[in-house]
Amino acid sequence: MNWLAWRMLTGDRTKYLGIVFGVAFGTVLIAQQMAIFVGLMRRTSSQIIDISAADVWVMDLKQQNLDDIRPMPDGRLYQVRGVQGVDWAVRLSKSMVRVRTPNGDFLQSLLIGVDDSSFAGAPIEMIKGSYLDLRRPDGVIIDEDGYKRLFPGETIKLGQALDMNDRRAIIVGTCKVTPPFQTFPVVYTRYSQALQYAPPERNSLSFILVKAAPGQSHKALAERIAKQTGLKALTWDDFFWMNVNWFINNTGIPINFGITVTLGFIVGAAIAGQTFYLFTIENLKQFGSLKAMGVTNIRLIGMILFQAVVVGVMGYGIGLGMSALFFETMERSGHPDMRGMWVPWQVATLSAGAVAIIIVIASLLSLRRVLVLEPAMVFK
Amino acid sequence: MTDNSPQSHAVVCRGVVKDFGAGETKVRALHGIDLNVRYGEMTLLVGPSGCGKTTLISVMAGLLDPTAGEVFLLGQDRRKLVGSQLVRFRADNIGFVFQQYNLIPSLTAAENAAVPLIIHGVKRSAAIDQARLMMKEVGLGDKCQAMPSQLSGGQQQRVAIARALVNEPRLLVCDEPTAALDAHSGRTVMELIKRVTVKPDRAVIVVTHDNRVFDFGDRIVAMSDGLVERVEERSGQETLLAH
Repeated sequence: MNWLAWRMLTGDRTKYLGIVFGVAFGTVLIAQQMAIFVGLMRRTSSQIIDISAADVWVMDLKQQNLDDIRPMPDGRLYQVRGVQGVDWAVRLSKSMVRVRTPNGDFLQSLLIGVDDSSFAGAPIEMIKGSYLDLRRPDGVIIDEDGYKRLFPGETIKLGQALDMNDRRAIIVGTCKVTPPFQTFPVVYTRYSQALQYAPPERNSLSFILVKAAPGQSHKALAERIAKQTGLKALTWDDFFWMNVNWFINNTGIPINFGITVTLGFIVGAAIAGQTFYLFTIENLKQFGSLKAMGVTNIRLIGMILFQAVVVGVMGYGIGLGMSALFFETMERSGHPDMRGMWVPWQVATLSAGAVAIIIVIASLLSLRRVLVLEPAMVFK
Repeated sequence: MTDNSPQSHAVVCRGVVKDFGAGETKVRALHGIDLNVRYGEMTLLVGPSGCGKTTLISVMAGLLDPTAGEVFLLGQDRRKLVGSQLVRFRADNIGFVFQQYNLIPSLTAAENAAVPLIIHGVKRSAAIDQARLMMKEVGLGDKCQAMPSQLSGGQQQRVAIARALVNEPRLLVCDEPTAALDAHSGRTVMELIKRVTVKPDRAVIVVTHDNRVFDFGDRIVAMSDGLVERVEERSGQETLLAH
């Protein structure tokens, strides 16, 4: 009977394509907008993602997110190092600085100061140069996209000079980073040098990165550090989610995307549901004839669900493919606003769930009409 | 002496009443029908619109439950056929020909004719092969691959007849099979039904308005206001029923 259902469905190409289009449209809006939302949320935590070597992040007790920083006195580092279960603990500074090129162009940039001796926190994926080159005088590493924005149209060339806070910096390497939320260039340098580049403050220690001793529970260690130092200590995971949740709770981003996703769902369900319903209504005589000829309600339900699943799978596949193609095209075009965005499997799964609900809604209306259909209506 | 037992008739109706609606809106469509449909005959149900022909044919085909009275279909007590049993019974024993043909527009003629076999679970290729034979039988052997939209009304009705007969039902129910056809096509279809379907172990019931085809019936059952008014035997014998 699935063959019959398939032939009935594809026989009316306009409606068949209309239903598939409805589902695909809904999928594109849902998957693409959710993926952009997830990508943006990831961007809010870009430095946390890039510095995966730290098991525990330590910061001021009142700190609420990655960007709003209240620097700590340097002495706090030694307190943390004294906590049992800490393998190593190093400084990390994070600040905003205006970077100027020799021709006078300038951009606000993120300045990350990594530990002078261990370079813990330095970029992992280098494109040119090595993070060890940070040892060189005035050496800085800049992310590839930041370089392109500072030197538009130029090929990457090490040794370029920059000016930060009236101090000279030399680009000794370029790297890949998780794009930050505000698409600023990301500049890495040694902690001691970062203090020279950043506007002076009484305290300069933004974070303490902690590596747990082998076998040590990260959660327990974070709790112990917090208890013994009075600072906020979070595991990598907890810090990531605290930061994401802050943006979710304190910005209009989720509402904006939520509205678009909801609209995608409603419009997709409306188009697919209405067209599928019309398709069923137009085939009511045929369904009635099948009933009269001895097709049970169960088999008719099977036929309609089969048709719904077919259009659902096709629409979902097309919609998800179009979303993926959108991000791939944007990535290849080098568009900075869309860097590092893709459709994660969680979004694909959620979209599949939404499509499943859309086709259930669409088929329920049709099922109802077919189930209450009296076979005797074929004689009317 | 005539055997009046349910087993010796294709359909037996005894005091069949059918109501639609309830309370003040209740409408009685059949007022106690007594009628036997014999094997090996074509029985025509005739009468003006609204006289209850369609309701009666629906009851006799197992598509509607009677409100009161007894119906025996091919020897089986209709009341004992419920739910999926009834659906299965229809699939096994009853063929349908509809006024508007009700072919599936996206299937070829042969595929349409194969549908009852596919409903029965016959493999698709075997069902279509068998349907092709039936298409030859109805004179459309060369139209197996045609889509319904490529066929004339008469040809579509012949496909519908092939579909109705492909699983060799014992009861064929035809609703106004010539209503949408011109006189010539109507006669062709009725000749076909007469030639192909009327067999000793099979009964054919045809609802029709079309007095041009009355001469094809072995018995003509005239209805009026939900009652059988007159039964005319084509041998010339006429039975008047007083109610």
